Amino acid sequence: MSRSPSAAAVLLAGLLVVAPAGAGDFGLGRQATPEEIAGWDIDVRPDGQGLPDGKGSVAMGETIFADKCASCHGDFAEGVGRWPVLAGGHGTLKNPRPVKTVGSYWPYLSTLFDFIARAKPFGDAKSLKSDEVYAITAFLLHMNDIVDADFELTRQNFTSIRLPNEAQFTDDPRPDTPGLDEGTPCMKDCKVNVEITMRARALNVTPAASE
Amino acid sequence: MEQDPKARLLNRRAILRSAAAGAALAGGSSLTAAAGNPDNLPPNNPDWSKSLGAGVDARPYGKPSPHEGDVVRRHVDWLTASTESSINFTPLHELDGIITPNGVCFERHHSGVAEIDPADHRLMINGLVDKPLIFTMQDLKRFPRTNKIYFLECAANSGMEWRGAQMNGCQFTHGMVHCVMYTGVLLKHVLGEAGIKTAAKWLMAEGGDAAGMNRSIPFEKALDDCLIAFAMNGEALRPEQGYPLRLVVPGWEGVMWVKWLRRLEVGDQPWHTREETSKYTDLMADGTARRFTWEMDCKSVITNPSPQAPITHGKGFTIISGLAWSGRGTIDRVDVTLDGGKNWHPARIDGPSLPLALHRFYYEFQWDGSPLLLQSRAIDSAGLVQPTKTELRAVRGTNSIYHNNGIQTWHVLRTGEVENVEVS
Repeated sequence: MSRSPSAAAVLLAGLLVVAPAGAGDFGLGRQATPEEIAGWDIDVRPDGQGLPDGKGSVAMGETIFADKCASCHGDFAEGVGRWPVLAGGHGTLKNPRPVKTVGSYWPYLSTLFDFIARAKPFGDAKSLKSDEVYAITAFLLHMNDIVDADFELTRQNFTSIRLPNEAQFTDDPRPDTPGLDEGTPCMKDCKVNVEITMRARALNVTPAASE
Repeated sequence: MEQDPKARLLNRRAILRSAAAGAALAGGSSLTAAAGNPDNLPPNNPDWSKSLGAGVDARPYGKPSPHEGDVVRRHVDWLTASTESSINFTPLHELDGIITPNGVCFERHHSGVAEIDPADHRLMINGLVDKPLIFTMQDLKRFPRTNKIYFLECAANSGMEWRGAQMNGCQFTHGMVHCVMYTGVLLKHVLGEAGIKTAAKWLMAEGGDAAGMNRSIPFEKALDDCLIAFAMNGEALRPEQGYPLRLVVPGWEGVMWVKWLRRLEVGDQPWHTREETSKYTDLMADGTARRFTWEMDCKSVITNPSPQAPITHGKGFTIISGLAWSGRGTIDRVDVTLDGGKNWHPARIDGPSLPLALHRFYYEFQWDGSPLLLQSRAIDSAGLVQPTKTELRAVRGTNSIYHNNGIQTWHVLRTGEVENVEVS
């Protein structure tokens, strides 16, 4: 189904208000212009594809973070109230209450850049300039003890930064619980005793019905 | 209606309050349904049998009876920091059949509900394509349409129960699921218009909301059964479900069903976005984390009776009702136990049995009024058996948040009250 129109045809299509139809069976849609794509195509991958030109230092990021992020995430990315903690938590992933942060849990730095650029600040999304995104990203790296205070993150050095927990991610091994091939489930006299071991009401966490 | 609805609501609230306060009536009198207003009962004729009711168009868009005012989505205040990045729950205990009404399908937003004028909505396809394209809503509705009934379950459904019984109500333990009929077009048809390059292996779907919610989807799935939907249950998508356009990724975790869909990028690698790394990855007891855990497992829950829907008729003929579903096919069988798993009885699946859709089951029995430990256990067409919570924790620990499909236990007291418990 893949057909490559000539360069001239692509150029022409981009100039027309009502462009030639799509390449598939239905002839629907019109060609997207490079400007249209550039405005929306902001995603960034771990290999650096999608990174814009720019740079930002830890110091610059600290200023922006204090102004635009700290009211929820705290001055040191420690989190305020129930808002996400972004720094610390190293070595807690096996604990009963793991603290999953950029430094302790996230596998890739590109995720942070991509997310900040598209979704932050909360309530004023897509307002940050590329340099500001680089700077906030650099600041969060520093808060997680991954770079020094004088570090500057750039498009060029971006992929040299690896996050410490990357190797701890595995592919999905499910199904990981028994199926019929390991025997039909018991139907009669399956247990001798059944005791209640825990009650939800004891925890008193159920919201009241709406009044 | 055989009882005064206001009295019924008050009674229900009294029941819920007593349960929430932990003031168990065990050993006391049974819960009873309100008797109703004698003036409206035979031999009397109530007002609605004598005077004219409202005419047509009094409600140009119909709504449920005001006496059904309790049938609403609810959220849990302490669960999230803001309502804009939060979740609420489908009132499963108030519903029947397999279709969820549009107005009570649970909501999960990452930056609130985008309010979109469809005239201003566009879908862009770019990346590894011969020709990047832009579609209007009108363009998309000109592709051949299809209608499919699918469940959508959030991967975090039952996530609060990993460490033990917490929430007293199936709305809160299992309400991050709904099932509707989607009208839309096959994703592969739309992608085909752009001409897919041979290196294509992954697709990124991106929302037009302030979160720009984005997820990576393997191309085989994108070309298989994914839809771009613009309608649910016969009408346009609701704003909170992605109006005017959402992705449908049958059987897979709800976060992939990108709402307010505005862009599809074709690529040769996954993007590892925030919602597939920081979130929606499953932390195991050994500190490793599973990623790309897409399929929703074989699962069931008894919706009635349940803590929000106690037995109010006393002993005698009693109906147990519930839902079962699997992201791997249809549900072949549901078993129900009354004694915490000592003995199981096949339940009756009623209504359509469709792949990747909710199934409704019933088990009818004579209740002698003694305490019950109710559980349901689903078996799907792939031969997978819904595990106990103990079995799940043995494999995954208690920190994984997502994909908890363990067997739920409801303790029915002599009074008819029901509580969420765990059993040995």
